[in-house]
Amino acid sequence: MTQPAIVVDNLRKSFSGQVAVDDISFTIAAGSTTALLGGNGAGKTTTISMLLGLLLPDSGTIRVLGEDMVRHRYRVLPRLNFSSPYVELPHRLTVAENLTVYGHLYGIPRLKQRIAELACELELTDILKRPAGKLSAGQKTRVALAKAMLNRPDILLLDEPTASLDPDTADWVRGFFQDYQRKSGATILLASHNMAEVERLCDQVLMMKQGKLVDRGSPQDLLGRYGRDDLEQVFLDIARDRRQPLVES
Amino acid sequence: MSAARRIGAVMLRHLYVMRGSWPRVLEMAYWPAINMTLWGFTSQFFSTHSSWVAQTGGILIGAVILWDVMFRGNLGVALSFMEEMWSRNLGHLSVSPLRPHELMAGMLGMSLVRTTIGVLPAGLLAIPLYHYSIFDMGLPLLVFWLNLMVSGWAIGLGVSALVLRFGLGAESMAWVMIFALAPLSGIYYPISTLPAWLQPLAWALPPAHVFEGMRQVMQGNGLDWGLLGGAVGLNVFYVGAAGSVFLYVHHVARRRGLLLNVGE
Repeated sequence: MTQPAIVVDNLRKSFSGQVAVDDISFTIAAGSTTALLGGNGAGKTTTISMLLGLLLPDSGTIRVLGEDMVRHRYRVLPRLNFSSPYVELPHRLTVAENLTVYGHLYGIPRLKQRIAELACELELTDILKRPAGKLSAGQKTRVALAKAMLNRPDILLLDEPTASLDPDTADWVRGFFQDYQRKSGATILLASHNMAEVERLCDQVLMMKQGKLVDRGSPQDLLGRYGRDDLEQVFLDIARDRRQPLVES
Repeated sequence: MSAARRIGAVMLRHLYVMRGSWPRVLEMAYWPAINMTLWGFTSQFFSTHSSWVAQTGGILIGAVILWDVMFRGNLGVALSFMEEMWSRNLGHLSVSPLRPHELMAGMLGMSLVRTTIGVLPAGLLAIPLYHYSIFDMGLPLLVFWLNLMVSGWAIGLGVSALVLRFGLGAESMAWVMIFALAPLSGIYYPISTLPAWLQPLAWALPPAHVFEGMRQVMQGNGLDWGLLGGAVGLNVFYVGAAGSVFLYVHHVARRRGLLLNVGE
Protein backbone atom coordinates (compact mmCIF):
# COMPACT_ATOMS: atom_id res chain seq x y z
CA MET A 1 0.00 0.00 0.00
CA THR A 2 1.29 3.48 -0.87
CA GLN A 3 2.31 5.59 2.11
CA PRO A 4 0.06 8.64 2.60
CA ALA A 5 1.70 11.94 1.63
CA ILE A 6 0.48 13.78 4.72
CA VAL A 7 -0.75 12.43 8.05
CA VAL A 8 -1.98 14.88 10.67
CA ASP A 9 -2.96 13.70 14.16
CA ASN A 10 -4.65 15.76 16.86
CA LEU A 11 -3.07 18.99 15.69
CA ARG A 12 -3.64 21.99 17.88
CA LYS A 13 -2.42 25.58 17.81
CA SER A 14 -3.44 28.66 19.72
CA PHE A 15 -2.22 32.24 19.81
CA SER A 16 -2.44 34.09 23.14
CA GLY A 17 -5.18 31.78 24.34
CA GLN A 18 -7.18 32.05 21.10
CA VAL A 19 -7.52 28.61 19.52
CA ALA A 20 -6.67 28.75 15.81
CA VAL A 21 -6.55 25.02 15.07
CA ASP A 22 -8.45 22.74 17.39
CA ASP A 23 -7.46 19.09 17.50
CA ILE A 24 -7.70 18.22 13.83
CA SER A 25 -6.69 14.94 12.22
CA PHE A 26 -6.63 13.98 8.55
CA THR A 27 -4.74 11.94 5.99
CA ILE A 28 -3.94 12.97 2.44
CA ALA A 29 -3.26 10.19 -0.04
CA ALA A 30 -0.18 10.42 -2.23
CA GLY A 31 -1.01 11.72 -5.69
CA SER A 32 -4.31 13.29 -4.68
CA THR A 33 -5.50 16.89 -4.77
CA THR A 34 -7.14 18.06 -1.57
CA ALA A 35 -8.84 21.34 -0.75
CA LEU A 36 -8.80 22.93 2.66
CA LEU A 37 -11.93 25.04 2.85
CA GLY A 38 -13.34 27.38 5.42
CA GLY A 39 -14.24 31.00 6.00
CA ASN A 40 -11.77 33.69 7.00
CA GLY A 41 -10.16 32.75 10.30
CA ALA A 42 -11.19 29.10 10.01
CA GLY A 43 -7.58 27.97 10.50
CA LYS A 44 -6.58 27.08 6.92
CA THR A 45 -3.45 29.23 6.70
CA THR A 46 -2.40 28.19 10.21
CA THR A 47 -2.76 24.54 9.21
CA ILE A 48 -0.78 25.02 5.99
CA SER A 49 1.90 26.94 7.89
CA MET A 50 2.25 24.02 10.30
CA LEU A 51 2.42 21.53 7.41
CA LEU A 52 5.27 23.59 5.97
CA GLY A 53 7.05 23.73 9.31
CA LEU A 54 6.78 27.53 9.37
CA LEU A 55 4.76 27.29 12.54
CA LEU A 56 5.22 24.90 15.44
CA PRO A 57 2.08 23.19 16.74
CA ASP A 58 1.18 23.29 20.44
CA SER A 59 0.47 19.57 20.28
CA GLY A 60 -0.20 16.81 17.81
CA THR A 61 1.93 15.33 15.05
CA ILE A 62 2.46 16.03 11.37
CA ARG A 63 4.11 13.47 9.14
CA VAL A 64 4.93 14.54 5.61
CA LEU A 65 6.31 11.88 3.25
CA GLY A 66 6.84 9.74 6.33
CA GLU A 67 8.91 12.33 8.21
CA ASP A 68 8.02 14.19 11.40
CA MET A 69 7.73 17.83 10.27
CA VAL A 70 8.55 19.26 13.68
CA ARG A 71 11.77 17.31 14.14
CA HIS A 72 12.98 16.48 10.64
CA ARG A 73 11.55 19.13 8.33
CA TYR A 74 14.82 19.56 6.45
CA ARG A 75 14.58 15.99 5.18
CA VAL A 76 11.28 16.87 3.53
CA LEU A 77 11.62 20.51 2.48
CA PRO A 78 13.67 19.76 -0.68
CA ARG A 79 10.68 17.68 -1.90
CA LEU A 80 8.08 20.27 -0.96
CA ASN A 81 7.16 23.68 -2.27
CA PHE A 82 4.47 26.25 -1.84
CA SER A 83 2.94 29.25 -3.46
CA SER A 84 0.89 32.03 -1.95
CA PRO A 85 -0.06 35.45 -3.27
CA TYR A 86 0.57 36.78 0.23
CA VAL A 87 4.24 35.83 0.34
CA GLU A 88 6.18 37.69 -2.30
CA LEU A 89 9.48 37.28 -4.03
CA PRO A 90 12.05 40.10 -3.74
CA HIS A 91 10.76 42.98 -5.84
CA ARG A 92 14.13 44.38 -6.85
CA LEU A 93 15.36 41.13 -8.34
CA THR A 94 14.43 40.23 -11.88
CA VAL A 95 12.38 37.10 -12.52
CA ALA A 96 15.48 35.24 -13.72
CA GLU A 97 17.49 36.36 -10.68
CA ASN A 98 14.75 35.23 -8.30
CA LEU A 99 14.55 31.83 -9.96
CA THR A 100 18.34 31.51 -9.94
CA VAL A 101 18.54 32.25 -6.20
CA TYR A 102 15.78 29.76 -5.36
CA GLY A 103 17.24 27.23 -7.76
CA HIS A 104 20.47 27.33 -5.77
CA LEU A 105 18.58 27.09 -2.48
CA TYR A 106 16.85 23.94 -3.70
CA GLY A 107 20.06 22.58 -5.22
CA ILE A 108 18.58 22.23 -8.71
CA PRO A 109 21.00 20.60 -11.16
CA ARG A 110 21.38 22.23 -14.61
CA LEU A 111 19.61 25.29 -13.28
CA LYS A 112 19.75 27.45 -16.41
CA GLN A 113 18.11 24.69 -18.40
CA ARG A 114 15.43 24.21 -15.73
CA ILE A 115 14.66 27.95 -15.67
CA ALA A 116 14.41 27.99 -19.46
CA GLU A 117 12.00 25.02 -19.34
CA LEU A 118 9.80 26.70 -16.74
CA ALA A 119 9.93 30.03 -18.57
CA CYS A 120 8.65 28.26 -21.67
CA GLU A 121 6.01 26.26 -19.79
CA LEU A 122 4.72 29.24 -17.80
CA GLU A 123 5.13 31.81 -20.57
CA LEU A 124 7.74 33.83 -18.71
CA THR A 125 10.38 34.10 -21.41
CA ASP A 126 9.56 37.73 -22.24
CA ILE A 127 9.60 38.87 -18.64
CA LEU A 128 12.66 37.03 -17.33
CA LYS A 129 14.68 40.24 -17.18
CA ARG A 130 11.93 42.33 -15.62
CA PRO A 131 12.02 43.14 -11.87
CA ALA A 132 9.50 41.04 -9.94
CA GLY A 133 8.01 44.20 -8.41
CA LYS A 134 6.97 45.53 -11.81
CA LEU A 135 4.82 42.59 -12.85
CA SER A 136 1.05 42.38 -13.11
CA ALA A 137 -0.87 40.15 -10.68
CA GLY A 138 -1.13 37.40 -13.30
CA GLN A 139 2.57 37.58 -14.11
CA LYS A 140 3.45 37.50 -10.40
CA THR A 141 1.34 34.39 -9.96
CA ARG A 142 3.09 32.66 -12.87
CA VAL A 143 6.50 33.61 -11.44
CA ALA A 144 5.49 32.32 -7.99
CA LEU A 145 4.40 29.10 -9.68
CA ALA A 146 7.72 28.83 -11.47
CA LYS A 147 9.47 29.19 -8.12
CA ALA A 148 7.18 26.55 -6.65
CA MET A 149 7.89 24.17 -9.56
CA LEU A 150 11.67 24.61 -9.60
CA ASN A 151 12.31 21.45 -7.57
CA ARG A 152 9.50 19.41 -9.20
CA PRO A 153 7.88 19.03 -5.76
CA ASP A 154 6.30 15.78 -4.62
CA ILE A 155 3.98 17.88 -2.49
CA LEU A 156 2.70 21.28 -3.49
CA LEU A 157 0.95 23.48 -0.94
CA LEU A 158 -1.05 26.34 -2.38
CA ASP A 159 -2.66 29.14 -0.41
CA GLU A 160 -5.42 30.72 -2.51
CA PRO A 161 -3.49 30.21 -5.73
CA THR A 162 -5.91 32.08 -7.98
CA ALA A 163 -6.84 34.94 -5.65
CA SER A 164 -6.98 38.30 -7.46
CA LEU A 165 -6.58 36.73 -10.90
CA ASP A 166 -8.89 37.42 -13.82
CA PRO A 167 -11.04 34.41 -14.90
CA ASP A 168 -8.88 33.69 -17.93
CA THR A 169 -5.60 33.62 -15.99
CA ALA A 170 -7.23 31.70 -13.13
CA ASP A 171 -8.48 29.08 -15.55
CA TRP A 172 -5.04 28.81 -17.10
CA VAL A 173 -3.46 28.33 -13.65
CA ARG A 174 -5.95 25.56 -12.76
CA GLY A 175 -5.17 23.82 -16.03
CA PHE A 176 -1.49 24.06 -15.18
CA PHE A 177 -2.02 22.35 -11.81
CA GLN A 178 -4.09 19.58 -13.36
CA ASP A 179 -1.47 19.01 -15.98
CA TYR A 180 1.37 18.94 -13.44
CA GLN A 181 -0.54 16.61 -11.14
CA ARG A 182 -1.31 14.21 -14.00
CA LYS A 183 2.26 14.15 -15.29
CA SER A 184 4.13 14.04 -11.97
CA GLY A 185 1.72 12.23 -9.65
CA ALA A 186 2.40 14.97 -7.08
CA THR A 187 0.19 15.58 -4.09
CA ILE A 188 -1.51 18.97 -4.00
CA LEU A 189 -3.11 20.64 -1.02
CA LEU A 190 -4.79 23.95 -1.63
CA ALA A 191 -6.63 26.45 0.47
CA SER A 192 -9.19 28.26 -1.62
CA HIS A 193 -12.35 30.33 -1.49
CA ASN A 194 -13.22 29.48 -5.06
CA MET A 195 -15.63 26.55 -4.97
CA ALA A 196 -15.70 26.04 -8.74
CA GLU A 197 -11.93 25.65 -8.58
CA VAL A 198 -12.23 23.06 -5.83
CA GLU A 199 -14.88 21.07 -7.72
CA ARG A 200 -12.69 21.06 -10.80
CA LEU A 201 -9.38 20.16 -9.17
CA CYS A 202 -9.94 18.22 -5.98
CA ASP A 203 -10.48 14.58 -5.04
CA GLN A 204 -11.04 15.41 -1.40
CA VAL A 205 -12.34 18.38 0.56
CA LEU A 206 -11.58 19.18 4.20
CA MET A 207 -14.03 21.69 5.66
CA MET A 208 -12.78 23.83 8.54
CA LYS A 209 -14.71 26.10 10.84
CA GLN A 210 -13.40 27.94 13.88
CA GLY A 211 -10.30 25.80 13.92
CA LYS A 212 -12.13 22.49 13.75
CA LEU A 213 -12.41 20.05 10.91
CA VAL A 214 -16.19 19.90 10.57
CA ASP A 215 -16.63 17.73 7.48
CA ARG A 216 -14.73 15.96 4.76
CA GLY A 217 -15.24 13.92 1.63
CA SER A 218 -15.03 14.10 -2.13
CA PRO A 219 -16.88 17.04 -3.76
CA GLN A 220 -19.52 14.61 -5.13
CA ASP A 221 -19.85 12.99 -1.73
CA LEU A 222 -20.43 16.36 -0.02
CA LEU A 223 -22.91 17.52 -2.67
CA GLY A 224 -24.86 14.29 -2.20
CA ARG A 225 -24.83 14.40 1.57
CA TYR A 226 -25.95 18.03 1.80
CA GLY A 227 -28.38 17.66 -1.08
CA ARG A 228 -26.88 20.59 -2.98
CA ASP A 229 -25.96 21.26 -6.59
CA ASP A 230 -22.71 23.05 -5.96
CA LEU A 231 -20.01 23.29 -3.31
CA GLU A 232 -20.71 26.95 -2.65
CA GLN A 233 -24.09 25.99 -1.18
CA VAL A 234 -22.44 23.27 0.92
CA PHE A 235 -19.87 25.82 2.09
CA LEU A 236 -22.63 28.26 3.12
CA ASP A 237 -24.61 25.49 4.85
CA ILE A 238 -21.59 24.72 6.99
CA ALA A 239 -20.46 28.31 7.51
CA ARG A 240 -23.94 29.48 8.56
CA ASP A 241 -25.05 26.29 10.30
CA ARG A 242 -27.96 26.29 7.87
CA ARG A 243 -28.28 22.61 7.28
CA GLN A 244 -26.82 19.39 8.66
CA PRO A 245 -25.70 16.72 6.20
CA LEU A 246 -28.65 14.63 5.04
CA VAL A 247 -26.43 11.59 5.37
CA GLU A 248 -23.62 11.36 7.97
CA SER A 249 -20.17 10.67 6.56
CA MET B 1 28.66 21.35 -0.51
CA SER B 2 24.90 21.90 -0.62
CA ALA B 3 25.12 24.06 2.51
CA ALA B 4 27.78 26.17 0.80
CA ARG B 5 25.52 26.47 -2.25
CA ARG B 6 22.62 27.66 -0.11
CA ILE B 7 24.80 30.19 1.73
CA GLY B 8 26.06 31.35 -1.66
CA ALA B 9 22.43 31.72 -2.81
CA VAL B 10 21.65 34.02 0.13
CA MET B 11 24.65 36.16 -0.80
CA LEU B 12 23.80 36.06 -4.50
CA ARG B 13 20.35 37.45 -3.75
CA HIS B 14 21.90 40.53 -2.13
CA LEU B 15 24.62 40.85 -4.75
CA TYR B 16 21.88 40.96 -7.40
CA VAL B 17 20.24 43.83 -5.51
CA MET B 18 23.56 45.66 -5.41
CA ARG B 19 24.26 44.97 -9.09
CA GLY B 20 20.87 46.40 -9.99
CA SER B 21 21.38 49.65 -8.10
CA TRP B 22 24.67 51.55 -8.37
CA PRO B 23 23.41 54.34 -6.04
CA ARG B 24 23.25 51.72 -3.29
CA VAL B 25 26.85 50.72 -3.88
CA LEU B 26 27.89 54.35 -4.02
CA GLU B 27 26.08 55.05 -0.75
CA MET B 28 28.00 52.23 0.94
CA ALA B 29 31.28 54.01 0.19
CA TYR B 30 29.91 57.55 0.57
CA TRP B 31 29.52 57.85 4.35
CA PRO B 32 32.85 56.25 5.31
CA ALA B 33 34.59 58.54 2.79
CA ILE B 34 32.83 61.65 4.14
CA ASN B 35 33.59 60.61 7.71
CA MET B 36 37.21 60.02 6.92
CA THR B 37 37.52 63.36 5.09
CA LEU B 38 35.99 65.23 8.01
CA TRP B 39 38.24 63.55 10.56
CA GLY B 40 41.22 63.94 8.25
CA PHE B 41 40.94 67.72 8.36
CA THR B 42 40.24 67.63 12.09
CA SER B 43 43.36 65.52 12.49
CA GLN B 44 45.41 68.00 10.43
CA PHE B 45 44.21 70.83 12.63
CA PHE B 46 44.95 68.93 15.85
CA SER B 47 48.38 67.91 14.63
CA THR B 48 49.43 71.54 14.88
CA HIS B 49 47.75 72.09 18.25
CA SER B 50 48.16 68.78 20.06
CA SER B 51 51.47 67.09 20.69
CA TRP B 52 49.73 63.72 21.18
CA VAL B 53 48.14 63.80 17.74
CA ALA B 54 51.23 65.33 16.19
CA GLN B 55 53.41 62.48 17.49
CA THR B 56 51.18 59.85 15.97
CA GLY B 57 50.29 60.90 12.48
CA GLY B 58 47.03 59.47 11.25
CA ILE B 59 45.84 58.14 14.60
CA LEU B 60 42.45 59.79 14.25
CA ILE B 61 42.10 58.82 10.58
CA GLY B 62 43.01 55.22 11.40
CA ALA B 63 40.50 55.23 14.23
CA VAL B 64 37.67 56.59 12.12
CA ILE B 65 38.32 54.09 9.35
CA LEU B 66 38.41 51.16 11.76
CA TRP B 67 35.29 52.38 13.58
CA ASP B 68 33.53 52.33 10.22
CA VAL B 69 34.59 48.70 9.83
CA MET B 70 32.64 47.88 12.99
CA PHE B 71 29.71 50.10 12.04
CA ARG B 72 29.49 48.68 8.48
CA GLY B 73 29.98 45.15 9.81
CA ASN B 74 26.89 45.63 11.96
CA LEU B 75 24.85 47.28 9.20
CA GLY B 76 25.91 44.63 6.69
CA VAL B 77 24.28 41.91 8.79
CA ALA B 78 21.22 43.86 9.93
CA LEU B 79 20.42 45.32 6.51
CA SER B 80 20.71 41.92 4.82
CA PHE B 81 18.18 40.54 7.26
CA MET B 82 15.84 43.52 7.11
CA GLU B 83 15.94 43.38 3.31
CA GLU B 84 14.29 39.95 3.57
CA MET B 85 11.63 41.39 5.84
CA TRP B 86 11.03 44.50 3.72
CA SER B 87 10.56 42.31 0.66
CA ARG B 88 8.35 39.80 2.56
CA ASN B 89 10.70 37.06 1.45
CA LEU B 90 11.25 35.41 4.83
CA GLY B 91 8.32 33.03 4.32
CA HIS B 92 9.73 31.66 1.06
CA LEU B 93 13.21 31.35 2.56
CA SER B 94 11.87 29.58 5.64
CA VAL B 95 10.16 26.82 3.66
CA SER B 96 13.16 26.30 1.40
CA PRO B 97 15.89 23.89 2.47
CA LEU B 98 17.88 26.86 3.83
CA ARG B 99 18.69 26.33 7.52
CA PRO B 100 18.59 29.32 9.91
CA HIS B 101 22.33 29.04 10.58
CA GLU B 102 22.96 29.09 6.82
CA LEU B 103 20.86 32.25 6.50
CA MET B 104 22.99 33.69 9.28
CA ALA B 105 26.21 32.68 7.49
CA GLY B 106 24.96 34.30 4.29
CA MET B 107 24.25 37.51 6.17
CA LEU B 108 27.76 37.50 7.66
CA GLY B 109 29.24 36.88 4.22
CA MET B 110 27.32 39.86 2.85
CA SER B 111 28.54 41.96 5.74
CA LEU B 112 32.12 41.19 4.69
CA VAL B 113 31.33 42.30 1.14
CA ARG B 114 29.45 45.46 2.18
CA THR B 115 32.14 46.46 4.69
CA THR B 116 34.92 46.01 2.15
CA ILE B 117 33.04 48.02 -0.48
CA GLY B 118 32.26 50.69 2.09
CA VAL B 119 35.52 51.13 3.95
CA LEU B 120 38.24 50.24 1.45
CA PRO B 121 37.70 53.37 -0.70
CA ALA B 122 37.93 55.57 2.43
CA GLY B 123 41.25 53.96 3.32
CA LEU B 124 42.55 54.49 -0.21
CA LEU B 125 41.28 58.08 -0.34
CA ALA B 126 43.23 58.97 2.79
CA ILE B 127 46.51 58.31 0.96
CA PRO B 128 46.35 61.18 -1.57
CA LEU B 129 44.35 63.47 0.73
CA TYR B 130 46.37 63.23 3.93
CA HIS B 131 49.47 61.27 2.95
CA TYR B 132 48.39 58.65 5.44
CA SER B 133 48.04 54.99 4.55
CA ILE B 134 46.27 52.78 7.02
CA PHE B 135 47.71 49.86 5.05
CA ASP B 136 51.17 50.74 6.43
CA MET B 137 50.04 48.99 9.61
CA GLY B 138 50.50 45.72 7.76
CA LEU B 139 49.29 42.46 9.26
CA PRO B 140 47.93 44.06 12.47
CA LEU B 141 45.48 46.00 10.29
CA LEU B 142 43.99 42.73 9.06
CA VAL B 143 43.73 41.48 12.64
CA PHE B 144 42.03 44.70 13.80
CA TRP B 145 39.75 44.74 10.76
CA LEU B 146 38.58 41.17 11.37
CA ASN B 147 38.05 41.72 15.08
CA LEU B 148 36.01 44.87 14.60
CA MET B 149 33.95 43.26 11.87
CA VAL B 150 33.15 40.33 14.16
CA SER B 151 32.13 42.82 16.87
CA GLY B 152 29.85 44.43 14.29
CA TRP B 153 28.46 40.99 13.41
CA ALA B 154 27.55 40.36 17.05
CA ILE B 155 25.59 43.62 17.20
CA GLY B 156 24.03 43.01 13.77
CA LEU B 157 22.84 39.54 14.78
CA GLY B 158 21.40 40.96 18.01
CA VAL B 159 19.57 43.67 16.05
CA SER B 160 18.27 41.08 13.54
CA ALA B 161 16.94 38.99 16.41
CA LEU B 162 15.18 42.07 17.84
CA VAL B 163 13.66 42.91 14.46
CA LEU B 164 12.47 39.33 13.97
CA ARG B 165 10.92 39.23 17.42
CA PHE B 166 9.43 42.74 17.60
CA GLY B 167 8.96 43.59 13.92
CA LEU B 168 10.28 46.34 11.71
CA GLY B 169 9.45 48.92 14.39
CA ALA B 170 12.78 47.87 15.90
CA GLU B 171 14.77 48.51 12.71
CA SER B 172 16.23 51.80 13.94
CA MET B 173 18.22 49.69 16.42
CA ALA B 174 20.58 48.87 13.53
CA TRP B 175 21.78 52.48 13.57
CA VAL B 176 21.24 53.32 17.22
CA MET B 177 22.56 50.38 19.22
CA ILE B 178 26.16 50.49 18.04
CA PHE B 179 26.53 54.16 19.00
CA ALA B 180 25.77 53.27 22.61
CA LEU B 181 29.06 51.37 22.59
CA ALA B 182 31.09 54.12 20.91
CA PRO B 183 31.94 56.14 24.05
CA LEU B 184 33.18 52.97 25.78
CA SER B 185 35.20 51.70 22.82
CA GLY B 186 38.05 54.19 23.12
CA ILE B 187 37.96 54.95 19.43
CA TYR B 188 39.62 58.36 19.60
CA TYR B 189 41.07 58.33 23.13
CA PRO B 190 42.75 55.82 25.48
CA ILE B 191 40.48 53.86 27.85
CA SER B 192 42.36 55.52 30.74
CA THR B 193 40.53 58.74 29.79
CA LEU B 194 37.27 57.22 31.01
CA PRO B 195 36.26 57.51 34.68
CA ALA B 196 37.64 54.61 36.71
CA TRP B 197 34.20 53.11 37.29
CA LEU B 198 33.53 52.92 33.52
CA GLN B 199 36.83 51.35 32.58
CA PRO B 200 35.94 47.73 33.52
CA LEU B 201 32.83 48.07 31.34
CA ALA B 202 34.96 49.32 28.44
CA TRP B 203 37.43 46.44 28.83
CA ALA B 204 34.51 44.02 28.61
CA LEU B 205 34.03 45.18 25.00
CA PRO B 206 36.27 43.87 22.19
CA PRO B 207 36.63 47.23 20.37
CA ALA B 208 38.30 48.78 23.44
CA HIS B 209 41.07 46.17 23.09
CA VAL B 210 41.32 46.72 19.34
CA PHE B 211 41.55 50.51 19.42
CA GLU B 212 44.02 50.40 22.28
CA GLY B 213 46.03 47.87 20.27
CA MET B 214 45.83 50.08 17.18
CA ARG B 215 47.30 53.01 19.09
CA GLN B 216 50.11 50.78 20.37
CA VAL B 217 50.98 49.77 16.83
CA MET B 218 50.79 53.33 15.51
CA GLN B 219 53.02 54.56 18.34
CA GLY B 220 55.59 52.03 17.21
CA ASN B 221 55.17 49.62 20.14
CA GLY B 222 54.21 46.66 17.97
CA LEU B 223 51.24 44.36 18.29
CA ASP B 224 50.16 43.83 21.90
CA TRP B 225 49.27 40.15 22.05
CA GLY B 226 47.50 40.56 25.38
CA LEU B 227 45.11 43.13 23.90
CA LEU B 228 44.65 40.99 20.79
CA GLY B 229 43.88 37.90 22.88
CA GLY B 230 41.34 39.90 24.88
CA ALA B 231 39.62 41.11 21.71
CA VAL B 232 39.51 37.65 20.13
CA GLY B 233 38.24 35.96 23.31
CA LEU B 234 35.51 38.54 23.86
CA ASN B 235 34.51 38.46 20.19
CA VAL B 236 34.15 34.69 20.25
CA PHE B 237 31.92 35.03 23.30
CA TYR B 238 29.76 37.88 21.97
CA VAL B 239 29.31 36.58 18.44
CA GLY B 240 28.54 33.10 19.81
CA ALA B 241 25.97 34.57 22.19
CA ALA B 242 24.41 36.79 19.51
CA GLY B 243 24.23 33.86 17.05
CA SER B 244 22.56 31.72 19.70
CA VAL B 245 20.05 34.49 20.46
CA PHE B 246 19.27 34.84 16.74
CA LEU B 247 18.68 31.08 16.37
CA TYR B 248 16.57 31.02 19.53
CA VAL B 249 14.44 33.93 18.34
CA HIS B 250 14.04 32.17 14.98
CA HIS B 251 12.67 29.20 16.90
CA VAL B 252 10.35 31.50 18.88
CA ALA B 253 9.22 33.03 15.57
CA ARG B 254 8.21 29.55 14.38
CA ARG B 255 6.21 29.09 17.57
CA ARG B 256 4.51 32.50 17.30
CA GLY B 257 3.97 32.51 13.54
CA LEU B 258 6.22 35.51 12.96
CA LEU B 259 7.88 34.15 9.83
CA LEU B 260 4.87 34.62 7.57
CA ASN B 261 3.38 37.85 8.84
CA VAL B 262 6.32 40.12 8.28
CA GLY B 263 6.89 42.99 5.95
CA GLU B 264 6.28 46.69 5.51
